[in-house]
Amino acid sequence: MIELKNVSKWYDEFQVLDDCSTAVDKGEVVVVCGPSGSGKSTLIKCVNGLERFQQGTIDVDGISVGAKETNLPRLRSQIGMVFQNFELFPHISVTDNIKLAQLKVLNRSEAEAQKNAMRLLDRVGLADQADKFPSQLSGGQQQRVAIGRALAMDPIAMLFDEPTSALDPEMINEVLDVMVELASDGMTMMVVTHEMGFARRVANRIIFMDEGRIEEDCSKDDFFNSQRGERAQTFLSKILHH
Amino acid sequence: MFSDFDTDVIFNNLHFLVEGMQTTLILTIVAILGGLLLGTLLALARLSPFKPLAFVAGTYVNFFRSMPLILVIFWFYFLVPHIVGRPVGGFYSVLVAFVLFEAAYYCEIMRAGIQSVRKGQIYAGQAIGLTYTQNMRYVVLPQAFRNMVPILMTQAIILFQDTSLVYVVGVKDFLVSADLVANRENRILEMFTTVALVYFIICLSGSLFIRRLQRKFVT
Repeated sequence: MIELKNVSKWYDEFQVLDDCSTAVDKGEVVVVCGPSGSGKSTLIKCVNGLERFQQGTIDVDGISVGAKETNLPRLRSQIGMVFQNFELFPHISVTDNIKLAQLKVLNRSEAEAQKNAMRLLDRVGLADQADKFPSQLSGGQQQRVAIGRALAMDPIAMLFDEPTSALDPEMINEVLDVMVELASDGMTMMVVTHEMGFARRVANRIIFMDEGRIEEDCSKDDFFNSQRGERAQTFLSKILHH
Repeated sequence: MFSDFDTDVIFNNLHFLVEGMQTTLILTIVAILGGLLLGTLLALARLSPFKPLAFVAGTYVNFFRSMPLILVIFWFYFLVPHIVGRPVGGFYSVLVAFVLFEAAYYCEIMRAGIQSVRKGQIYAGQAIGLTYTQNMRYVVLPQAFRNMVPILMTQAIILFQDTSLVYVVGVKDFLVSADLVANRENRILEMFTTVALVYFIICLSGSLFIRRLQRKFVT
């Protein structure tokens, strides 16, 4: 489904991604972790072309992300993405946030988009907040709406870029619950997160990144059963100890 | 000096003054709308990754911002008839001048507004599949505009005052109408006091309105 081959990226002189290769199969949940500045957010943003990369190839469902002839907006409309800071559109209502791309990108009818929006709000447990504006919701609620907005496009895969990092602790679980449910429904997911509990529960594979390189890429069981390298070990002991 | 202040001259010529005010308001409104539209396009051009486009827009803005408005008004008064090949009258030439001149200022306001929209919002728009144009139209520009409303309104008040410069090419706006009455009736003090008062009331109300708006936006 998602295939990265020898991806490298530089900001001027500074190399942020160094020869990264991995693949995410259909229905697989892959968790990407690593210390801050390790390039994990950059890597996931390369998958739907939000960030450009200078070397290597990324294919999503057989379409090359980096190729000049690729219709990026069209490709992106098939890949859902959830951001650390939610990034709901503050000037329109929660429902309109979920309807916007359905109307403008998929050209769905107003009635169909509305029906979908209500169904998705219900799914993330926010049907009663439909007419509110994003700023009137808590962080956890906003993030759940953001997941609904992404799902409205009927994506073939979902990318999560630290979806719980900006949340107060008591709101993390309401978002993770939605993600767990999504994973159990068979959604293909690539998730940048430090939530190792989530990784343990639903991940098929764990990718560990450090200094722009993929240091570990192994099954969940191998990762949590000490089959990992020294850097990953150090990182894990740091985040599990507090 | 104020003992023979004659208010009748104002009321007797009221329709004349109202007509002048209409011209002033039409000029202001068209210049705001036209300037805002052209200015927004210029702002998008200035921020375009396509360098030649950004350069042309930048040159345009720097050029008009370096020119005295009165010169631009004069210039278009003589230039526009040449371009279209027939006399167009002062009103249309100053209309063009104001739109083109104001666009340079609105461009810079909108540019700041667009840059005030967080990068993450642009990412979010892209991620749901919006094209560049759609992303600007539905995500970035509405937010940019909202962020800039107080400054846009302040610019509108300045513009309202600046329209009085059409005096130099004889377009009958509020000020010129009052001037004509003043000279005809030899009531200079009455007419110009009235003009000052009207400008003052309109601009002050505008400023107070903006201040209220700002308070609403902050909270």
